[in-house]
Amino acid sequence: MNAMTENWVEIGSINDIPLRGARCVEHGDMTIAIFRTSDDKIFALEDKCPHKNGPLSDGIVHDGCVTCPLHNWVISLETGQAQGADKGQSLSFPVQMNGNKILLSLRAKS
Amino acid sequence: MKQKLVIIGNGMAPGRALEKLLTLAPDLYEVTIFNAENRVNYNRIMLSPVLSGEKKFEEIIIHGDGWYIKNNVTLYKGHKITNIDRAKKQVTSEHGIVADYDKLIIATGSTPFIIPVPGHKLPGVLSYRDLDDVTAMMLAAKSRGSAVVIGGGLLGLEAAAGLKEQGMDVTVIHLMPTLMERQLDPAAGYLLQQELEQRGIKVLCGANTKEITSDTDGKVGAVHLEDGTVIPASLIVMAVGIRPNSKLAEQSGLDVNRGIVVSDNMQTSDPDIYSLGECAEVGGMCYGLVAPLYQMANILAAQLTGDETAKFVAQYTPTRLKVTGIDLYSAGDFAEGDDREEIVFRDAASGVYKRLILKDNKVIGVVLYGEASDGPWFFEKLKSGENIREIRDMLIFGQNAVLGSTNADPLAAVTALPDEAEICGCNGISKGDIVTTITKKGLTDLAAVRSHTKASASCGSCTGLVEQLMTLTLGDSFNANAVQSLCSCTELGHSDVRRLIKAKQLKTIPQVMQELEWQTSCGCVKCRPALNYYLVADWPNEYADDYQSRFINERVHANIQKDGTYSVVPRMWGGVTSAKELRAIADVVDKFDIPTVKCTGGQRIDMLGIKKQDLPAVWKDLGEAGFVSGHAYAKGLRTVKTCVGTDWCRFGTQDSTGLGIKLEKFMWGSWTPAKLKLAVSGCPRNCSEATCKDIGVVCIDSGYEIHIGGAAGLHIRGTKILGNVSTEKEVMEVIVAVTQMYREQGHYLERIYKWMDRVGLEEIQKQIMDDLDTRVAYYNGFVYSQKFAQVDPWSERVSGVDKHEFNPLATLALEPAE
Repeated sequence: MNAMTENWVEIGSINDIPLRGARCVEHGDMTIAIFRTSDDKIFALEDKCPHKNGPLSDGIVHDGCVTCPLHNWVISLETGQAQGADKGQSLSFPVQMNGNKILLSLRAKS
Repeated sequence: MKQKLVIIGNGMAPGRALEKLLTLAPDLYEVTIFNAENRVNYNRIMLSPVLSGEKKFEEIIIHGDGWYIKNNVTLYKGHKITNIDRAKKQVTSEHGIVADYDKLIIATGSTPFIIPVPGHKLPGVLSYRDLDDVTAMMLAAKSRGSAVVIGGGLLGLEAAAGLKEQGMDVTVIHLMPTLMERQLDPAAGYLLQQELEQRGIKVLCGANTKEITSDTDGKVGAVHLEDGTVIPASLIVMAVGIRPNSKLAEQSGLDVNRGIVVSDNMQTSDPDIYSLGECAEVGGMCYGLVAPLYQMANILAAQLTGDETAKFVAQYTPTRLKVTGIDLYSAGDFAEGDDREEIVFRDAASGVYKRLILKDNKVIGVVLYGEASDGPWFFEKLKSGENIREIRDMLIFGQNAVLGSTNADPLAAVTALPDEAEICGCNGISKGDIVTTITKKGLTDLAAVRSHTKASASCGSCTGLVEQLMTLTLGDSFNANAVQSLCSCTELGHSDVRRLIKAKQLKTIPQVMQELEWQTSCGCVKCRPALNYYLVADWPNEYADDYQSRFINERVHANIQKDGTYSVVPRMWGGVTSAKELRAIADVVDKFDIPTVKCTGGQRIDMLGIKKQDLPAVWKDLGEAGFVSGHAYAKGLRTVKTCVGTDWCRFGTQDSTGLGIKLEKFMWGSWTPAKLKLAVSGCPRNCSEATCKDIGVVCIDSGYEIHIGGAAGLHIRGTKILGNVSTEKEVMEVIVAVTQMYREQGHYLERIYKWMDRVGLEEIQKQIMDDLDTRVAYYNGFVYSQKFAQVDPWSERVSGVDKHEFNPLATLALEPAE
């Protein structure tokens, strides 16, 4: 299979996620957090802060970022990169919209 | 049959001994006190504030009449003991009362020394010893005439300052070349003299009194000095020292030297007779300051309960002058000598003088004038004999400089720190890191420094230090006192935002951000929870709580743990539980395989390690047993700790448990700027630790003492007394009203003690204790708000609210490998 081809899985509707909130998708041992920003953009990150594995889906969503509930690290929803002075990165996953439906690819962005 | 204990004298030393004895063994003795003064026990060292008018006599009483009745102590006021019959073990008072004793305590105190110059018996010559002297002085002061104080020691100067305060023209005559020469070195004595002279008190040192002459009415008229000076005076106070009052002991055949001779366990030469206080001589020394007298009291109390191990050990006692506005502290030995070194700090402009006397790298003496807040810390060093070589460079700047905290001459201390010195302990950030980042990135405000370095971004206790580093690096362009903006999304501070929300009737977060020109589209993790709280507090009936702007704990009504699981704490009203409740908890723990069950500090039970998706089911079972959320996660009312009060406790004065439960049932569910913890103690023994809570109640015989502004976390603070009330109804009104005032004014995450520091206790007292209309208005505001807040969030969620918080959006099957 071509490495550029994504394998999209439908995971639910945008209306299932609160505005400026997140929901989780379970995939075996891995949990992926699906975020919805105030301008209705959807992002997917592994639900693990690079700092101490805090559940990012429980954080507060603001300005394209989420703040981890454990120690307030700020993670970019787009790249999974820690912001400011912190160093680290969470896995991020491609997301696509089909109308209201959210499609997720399980192949992490590199 | 109880033993009979008779105490002669009712000063501070026997008062303390008795208090201690009653605590250790309340039922061991039948106690009788004979007091020559016609009064209850009062705090003699506070006579100076009474004289200066800063305190009233009622405020310095240690034990009022009620205390003696409550403790079954017989007190004969105005009864001087004239005879001790040691063979019969009996004492007789001047009014003919005879009392038998098994143990006797002689605490006859001391008498002021009166210089026997001609004229010393004239009316108008007083000593400064008891309340009668103070009353006489205050009466004399009404004439606004001239007063002469003979003696420039501690007492004499306090008397002089008090008389000046009462409007008299005061001269101090002192025999020695500088004031307070026993406690101060000449330099500090000189500064003190200057300060007193600036206040209009004349000071004559090296002055020897020759005689006192009368005016035409036969009262005092003037003091004549050896050098021929004549000072007119209508009042003369002699404060030249005290003499142990050992006459009675001497008449009874006990060993008497300067004072009544006692061993280091306070026993006189008669094993059934003890002595303590200013009349006692232990190890060849008589004492006049309160600390050693209290030490004697503790030892005597222990002896009387059969504990013979406690022994008196001579200690240095620090001196403080109780004259408002004069900051002075001295302790230890400050004579000069070849084997001694000294560290001296002088700041002539602000009148500060500090001198430490060292011997073999240990502090042996300290004299502080003008800025004495470090006195106790230096005294600690003196007592412990700690080797100070390591901290010697910074020592004179005091505790904060040495320990690297805020306050007192802060920049000097921060400048002195090496680059690798750790500033932020939470995040391990050094001084060098911070300074470099400020310079490199051109940072100019605290928020920026926090986000770039993390320094002071966690617990915040090093904020002061970080600000000092900013001042150090940026110079005057950095002003730490400028209003801190709420966050980097706005330039407005919390107070402005709160004011504008009300003034402009802003009722949603987007509206606030729009109207107040937020610089980000949807705020940040700092401003959104703050705005959400402000709107909840200000528009309880209209605002729709924005859960996405709440921290996760308040969003899912449980406490997140380090592994992403949650802990659950149900409410136990006032800390009271039952077999049924405990059984329900046990069943839940078994059913959900909860790994840890622990008692909290707030008298309830915490179940830890619960998976998020199990929370609603856990709450369902708990709810069936009658439990509601304990809000252990909330910036809101947490616990009301109680003790068992009159229900069970033999010391309880009021129904503290019942009151605590009433408070909790009335106030649960309310959101506040920061967490709010209450406690109710049934008596001043304070078993529920009400004096370190946000709001506390200490029950007393006559009613309730309401406390406010305590903390026992990152910062430790005792409460201040908000006021006293006599009924439970008033307690409820006051506490509810002050909580509402805090809800309306507090900055988000600002604990009640910080709010109190900001607005001032007096202002709170004025609005809540003095102005009943305001109190009622706040009370009604709270009651109205509770209509919308008192909904159990757990049962809401059991019935389906916010289902999405607890369930995954999707569960995907694992794909087969390609």
